[in-house]
Amino acid sequence: MSVTKLVNKMRYDLQIIASWIEPSSQVLDLGCGEGDLLKFLINHKQVTGSGIEHNEDKVAECIEKGLSVLQGDINDEVLDYPDNAFDYVILSQTLQQVYEPDTLIRSMMRIAKKGIVSFPNFSHWSIRLQLLLSGYAPITRQLPYEWYDTPNIRVITIKDFRKFTQEVGFTILKEVAINTQSENRFGKVIKAFPNLRATYGIFLIGNGK
Amino acid sequence: MSEYIEHDKDSISVGIVEKKLYTFSEPPNEMVLESGAKLGPITLAYETYGTLNADKSNVVIILHALSGDSHVAGYYKPDDEKPGWWDNMVGPGKGIDTNKYFVVCSNIIGSCMGSTGPCTINPKTVLPYALDFPVVTIGDMVEAQKALMDHLGIKNILSVVGGSIGGMQVLEWCVRYPEMVASAIPLASTTKHSALAIAFNEVARQAIMADPKWNNGNYYFGPKPDLGLAVARMIGHITYLSDEAMRLKFGRRLQDKHDFSFNFDADFQVESYLRYQGKKFVDRFDANSFLYITKAGDYYDFEKQHGNGSAVKAFSKTKAKFLVISFTSDWLYPTYQSKAMVKAMKKNGLDVSFCEIEADWGHDAFLISNERLTALMRGFLERVCNETRQQNAL
Repeated sequence: MSVTKLVNKMRYDLQIIASWIEPSSQVLDLGCGEGDLLKFLINHKQVTGSGIEHNEDKVAECIEKGLSVLQGDINDEVLDYPDNAFDYVILSQTLQQVYEPDTLIRSMMRIAKKGIVSFPNFSHWSIRLQLLLSGYAPITRQLPYEWYDTPNIRVITIKDFRKFTQEVGFTILKEVAINTQSENRFGKVIKAFPNLRATYGIFLIGNGK
Repeated sequence: MSEYIEHDKDSISVGIVEKKLYTFSEPPNEMVLESGAKLGPITLAYETYGTLNADKSNVVIILHALSGDSHVAGYYKPDDEKPGWWDNMVGPGKGIDTNKYFVVCSNIIGSCMGSTGPCTINPKTVLPYALDFPVVTIGDMVEAQKALMDHLGIKNILSVVGGSIGGMQVLEWCVRYPEMVASAIPLASTTKHSALAIAFNEVARQAIMADPKWNNGNYYFGPKPDLGLAVARMIGHITYLSDEAMRLKFGRRLQDKHDFSFNFDADFQVESYLRYQGKKFVDRFDANSFLYITKAGDYYDFEKQHGNGSAVKAFSKTKAKFLVISFTSDWLYPTYQSKAMVKAMKKNGLDVSFCEIEADWGHDAFLISNERLTALMRGFLERVCNETRQQNAL
């Protein structure tokens, strides 16, 4: 199977994240799920990769695939690693579920030289329109839950995240806004008015201004 | 650990196996134990399954727990009632695949299943050692296993695997021989017994020593302390299960009756089960060995011995890739102990995987056929095998 075909099997945001990782680097994937990204990075970028995942079934699937993954809560598990233990720490589509995002991102930037964060963009026009027209909490394909059963407790927009990195003193090294569905393998990069038109934002951040 | 040994449902087995003996540490070159005492000659009973490959790079060592032995898998004779104690995990195509790996398991010193222990004849007195047998430690057990590896010409170990007290030996291998051990799987284990675990062991030991037939350990020519050992085993069995496991397995169901007997017979199924397990155990196990091995487990303190009390410091001396596994209902070696291990490994930047398997069967869960456990072991071993091969090719 060619590299392109394998890339295409992954979620679109993961394809973009993978393209940002330098070969042979040390990578930690927080909330690594079934390990698709890690497996890809190990096979095609020769990274040394490990992951943290809360769900026992997913952890087991990762280990069965031959990945180095441990079961636990990402907020606690990041605390144990030495400073700069990794080149990259990845947090994909999880930030909106984190109780203390500030603490977690600071921990990420302590244990790694660079952080990669992706999240659903809450200021997409369809969300704005739903709230404006219907008056109900928006439900989208990226955020498909009712207000009372959603794991997504944080409302983040691309603009918010930019502001946040500035306030806490991290540099945005790369930024891409994409239009895709949550589990979708296809999507496109949004260049014009990303905060309005993109369903997801992906950021590569570094320490220091 | 309990016995859950059954014939493989698909009749997959390593087949007929043979128990072998290796004797070393002959006087005057006796092994010096951690206590300073000398022991020799030492015999280890061991078994091997699978084939050692040309570059001797496919060795998996299995380390057994309190009442285990070298008979991990297969049968001694075609008409054996039961296969080895971990037949569900070790065999062709199983979690520890004997088509790929050369598996070695030896009986620990201090035991009574073929290796030197308190029931062995002391060459100086030509009588069983009994309590003259020196107190052995987990470290001493590992040193004896190392001597066996030297004898077999094995210099590199792909993986050391063990549960419970076997897991302690796993850690000991990793810290004593970091250059030899590529990977390690401590299952349902700990770096040190909790006060709870020591307490249960102590009650079990007291049960043996309170039996008048124990006679300060000198019972080899007369009646054995069967009652004491049976009670010790019953206590053990309680700790190997869990509230949940006992509720599912027995509840308050009565044994072969519809009402209470209003005497002290075994009314409840759980009573009957414990009595049966106790009785069965005395036929195969030596009471003094029970004392020695539980004491070795209680003395074990990986942090204290190798890191001045710091697990992080102790693990800094290890190099293996780890797969740590715990079970949700294990209250004898609870998950928090495995997590503490994982934490110290991470602080050292070690390659560690960890999974807490949801299981009702308490500490015994690691012995029971479990697809998840099998798949985890298989995946992890395959990875370390590939990575070790790649590393050697460089």
